[in-house]
Amino acid sequence: RQMCIRDSINAEYGVFRTDRSARIRRERMIFNFYIFSRNGTCLYYEEWNIPKEGRTPKAIQEEQKLMFGLLYSLRGFITKTSPKPCETFTYYKTSRYKLHYLETPTGLKFVLNTDKDAPTMTDELKKLHQEYYVEYALKNPLYKLGEPLGACEGFNSRVINFLTSHPEFKRRVVH
Amino acid sequence: MAANKQKEGERVFKEQEKINAELFTLTYGAIVSQLIKDYEDIEEVNTQLEKMGYNIGLRLIDEFLARSNVGRCHEFPETAETIAKVGFKMFLGVVGSVLPNSWNAERTEFSLILEENPLVDFCELPDNYSSLNYCNIICGVIRGALEMVQMRVECRITKSVLRGDDVTEFKITLKERLTDDIPMGDD
Repeated sequence: RQMCIRDSINAEYGVFRTDRSARIRRERMIFNFYIFSRNGTCLYYEEWNIPKEGRTPKAIQEEQKLMFGLLYSLRGFITKTSPKPCETFTYYKTSRYKLHYLETPTGLKFVLNTDKDAPTMTDELKKLHQEYYVEYALKNPLYKLGEPLGACEGFNSRVINFLTSHPEFKRRVVH
Repeated sequence: MAANKQKEGERVFKEQEKINAELFTLTYGAIVSQLIKDYEDIEEVNTQLEKMGYNIGLRLIDEFLARSNVGRCHEFPETAETIAKVGFKMFLGVVGSVLPNSWNAERTEFSLILEENPLVDFCELPDNYSSLNYCNIICGVIRGALEMVQMRVECRITKSVLRGDDVTEFKITLKERLTDDIPMGDD
């Protein structure tokens, strides 16, 4: 009913509206994925769909440290200020992106950044922990705990495959 | 609490991949025999078994947490029940029990018994090896796994079927709860 009134007002005063049926195009994207160990070492990092200018290895490293600091502080802040007892948070959302978070009791932190409208990725993070980290990194006798995972070929290729073939990875959503 | 844990243990056990029990038992026996041949000193073998268990435990805990729906344990008694009912069930297929009378006043020490123990099947301990803690690998696993969830414990075997007792008993003591040490960056 509101729409009708507005339309009639517009019609009355001849206000040109853009076609109400103009579709809003939005891109669903996964931007990056981090795994941090308990002590802050970034065990794994991959990024996609981010413009490459200015992304030197040093800049990326700084960003990783910043990310860990943020997560540590944020989790501490949330657990202290929460009205009901809680242990951790699942995601936060800004006007530009959404950060999904999973922390295991062993201190491993899995972080996935997507566009702001993505659905919750908790299941994906759990899968990354259970089916990829446990199976291909932990159970790999050549992988030393606490070392970066990039060298772990089985893990690396499967994670990249899993995330890049995920429906939320990069697609245009038409509203 | 124990009933819930038991159900969880059974659920997880059903979903786990399984291997042949005899293969597992005999492989473990072969490992222990080889260690004895290599080190010759029984105390050293005990230490090595514990160390191997520790390294296994560091990794095993993540698999345990990933597969079971067990969240953080709020108190040590809950940890004890989880190890006995879910942990042992998931990895060894047997359920342990926490002896209710074994708790100390501060609730930091308890005894866990295994009535069935797949590791010791078919095994006999000759007299000259009576100080061998055959199942010491389990002590290490418990120690390693709990360390990754911020608890420093000591675990020792207090009763062993190989020495004539009717159950295997582990005594687990919580020494310290570890806290996160965040390295301060230079920025």
